[in-house]
Amino acid sequence: MRGLGALLALALLATPALAQAPVAPPDRPLPQASQEARAQAIFEVVRCVVCQHESIADSPAGIAGDMRRLIREEIAGGATDQAIKDDLVRRYGDYVLFTPPVRTGTWLLWFGPALLVLAGGAALLAFMRRRSIETEPLSPDEERRLADLLQTETVRPDPDASPPHDGR
Amino acid sequence: MIVEFGAFALVLALALSVLQTGLATVGRVRRSPLLAGGADGAAMASAFAIVLAFAALIYAFATSDFSVENVARNSHTDKPMLYKVAAAWGSHEGSLVLWCGVMAVFAAILARARGLPFGLKTSAVGVQGALTTLFLAFAVFTSNPFVRIEDAPVQGNSLNPLLQDPALAIHPPLLYFGYVGFSVTFSLAVAALIEGRAFSGFWPAWGRWVRPWALASWVFLTAGITLGSFWAYYELGWGGWWFWDPVENASFMPWLAGAALLHSAVVTERRGALAGWTVFLALLAFTFSMLGAFLVRSGVLTSVHAFAVDPERGLMLLAILAVAAGSAFALFAWRAPQLKGGGMFAPVSREGALVLNNLFLTVAAATVLLGTLYPLILEAATGQTISVGPPYFAMTFTPLMLVAFLILPAGPLLSWKRADARGAMQRLALAGGLAIACGFAFWLAFEPKKALAAAGIAIGAWLILGALAEVLERVRLFRVPVAEVLRRARGLPMGAWGMTLAHAGLGVFVLGAVAETSFKLESAEALPIGGSVIAGPWKATLTDVRIVEGPNYLAEQGVVTVTSVEGRATPRTVTSERRFFPAGGQTTTEVGLDFRGLDDVYVVMGERRATPAGERAWSLRLYHNPWARLIFLGPAIMALGGVLSLMDRRLRLAMPGRRKGVAA
Repeated sequence: MRGLGALLALALLATPALAQAPVAPPDRPLPQASQEARAQAIFEVVRCVVCQHESIADSPAGIAGDMRRLIREEIAGGATDQAIKDDLVRRYGDYVLFTPPVRTGTWLLWFGPALLVLAGGAALLAFMRRRSIETEPLSPDEERRLADLLQTETVRPDPDASPPHDGR
Repeated sequence: MIVEFGAFALVLALALSVLQTGLATVGRVRRSPLLAGGADGAAMASAFAIVLAFAALIYAFATSDFSVENVARNSHTDKPMLYKVAAAWGSHEGSLVLWCGVMAVFAAILARARGLPFGLKTSAVGVQGALTTLFLAFAVFTSNPFVRIEDAPVQGNSLNPLLQDPALAIHPPLLYFGYVGFSVTFSLAVAALIEGRAFSGFWPAWGRWVRPWALASWVFLTAGITLGSFWAYYELGWGGWWFWDPVENASFMPWLAGAALLHSAVVTERRGALAGWTVFLALLAFTFSMLGAFLVRSGVLTSVHAFAVDPERGLMLLAILAVAAGSAFALFAWRAPQLKGGGMFAPVSREGALVLNNLFLTVAAATVLLGTLYPLILEAATGQTISVGPPYFAMTFTPLMLVAFLILPAGPLLSWKRADARGAMQRLALAGGLAIACGFAFWLAFEPKKALAAAGIAIGAWLILGALAEVLERVRLFRVPVAEVLRRARGLPMGAWGMTLAHAGLGVFVLGAVAETSFKLESAEALPIGGSVIAGPWKATLTDVRIVEGPNYLAEQGVVTVTSVEGRATPRTVTSERRFFPAGGQTTTEVGLDFRGLDDVYVVMGERRATPAGERAWSLRLYHNPWARLIFLGPAIMALGGVLSLMDRRLRLAMPGRRKGVAA
């Protein structure tokens, strides 16, 4: 029985169409190395439109193979990288590129991080300027608790706490 | 019977968590140690109940009890025992019980903590109980894993074969220890906000209680993410290790927030400063954890990692997130202006450097958040669909981190309060010079010459050498006799060694990531037996293809001999498999990995096909991944650094103590 099962499974292994979605035929790299490098660079940023967050460089899906072939053909036909990407966007929408377009709706996405760093830096400067020591005097209860806490301090001198160039 | 017992234990755990929250609240309001002690007891009992429930679930999986719906959907009798057990946390329901279990166990540890002031501890136990209640209620009412089915099937559906891998069996528990560990920092932060009225010794003590939890969670998260990344690297068969996939981002955000928290808690502990900010980060880290849980389980985003998704559960999780994070941040907004604390410090000081670290890490986390959620928000608002992928993060996240890395080695050399920037630079001059030399040597050695990659290598070397310079500075190497150096090295606290290791580990990671992304080579060809394919310095020859039978799969196994093109390296044999799992009808790929020093030779055998001549052939992909070892070694070193820091005796305070009261 087990042998039969094995045979059946082997039949499935040999015909991948039964087990999974159609798999791309093997890629034929472009003969010219520089052109192939360009193709690979584009593959990295093009999303496989039927997959879940995979570039066509990584995807084993049939359509990714088709897209790779198409891009190679366009490169061989002399198209520029930009023209190829524009063509893909025309066909599949902005969704197809892992680099989102820069336009009104995506300004926050693109410039948000830089703005945050600047805003954070400015806030830090302001914080540094207006800082002052304002500590209310301790209540007797707090004094007692503080004394408790201080007991937990290690008596051993702590090299971590002292500046490294204190002349020791 | 055991399954019903598990279901009962789960409900009991929920009831006990409610009790824990109630007792802690009343106990805190009435300042009653008796009621607070009752809350502690309820926390421990709840943890015990949920551990029993989880054990019952594991039992159901181990015995393949297909009358339990969850087991029938996720297990199979042919699976090896490891994956039967691992399937207990492989589904949405089971993993949620694990999540709740970790939360309850941490609540129990918190309940046993000695030395926390009464109010702070009771409040924290109450908040932790409330969090556990929310998630347990979600598990019991919408995602109960103990539900039986009327007609038990003879055989189960099995676990996704991609997940049947040792790394992935322990990856979720590690991640959950990390994610949920931040629930304790969250509870401690909310408790601190409730207690509010801070006396001047409060914040250093609070920082000391928060730090071990933040550190332990961060260590678990580091280990979990690294393991997941390594799994993706060798199991998915594309040679990639980080895809900026939304679910990867979901785990990365709490990691970044946790890293920021670690550093800011140091300032709060040592100097009592930045209290409000540290509280904010403590809240943020767990908020990101909950956001991750929502993103992964709700189906709002598509990802390779997403669980079987259900919008209704998503809404529930969103509600939990809104209630927990919303109330915590509202409390923060109300109380934060009253948080006073802290010593003064000059902009150039250890505190200043740590503040800068926090600026970069939080903006980095915000960038990841923006990139992950923006497509969802844009589509909801305008209907436009965009994809945010690796190029976006390479242009935003990476530069941010590089600037942070440039500053990083200076931080540990600055003294507290006010530091001598020029002195720090002088002590780092040698490390800087050597790092630039490393970058230059790399530029000369690797073809084609890439200036950006060389700069990246210099930064990686800068991190490692900077960390080394700092430790050498501390032990006064070459300036005092050897005996004195050794004495100083022994006297360094574990925390210092931990920090040095973690920073150096980051450098190791940078080296690997830069070399791998810049110089990986790949080629693919359909090969008959005896044929070979070449990528970079390596040549792979397909010597044999045979059929092997696994416990629950059948595989076509390609035997591949890897030699160097120049013929200098010793030939080695690796195997790559295509496994077919009859239970689910899926096929997976097992990568053949040949470790050559720091480099990986990575071989993937594809499906069978015919050559134009009609011969039998297999497509074989060969990757040369230079320095890929370092990508996973670096984070492992970082996690080890975290473990060393945890062993520092100064951090033991918030852990359950054997002695009563506080002890030195």
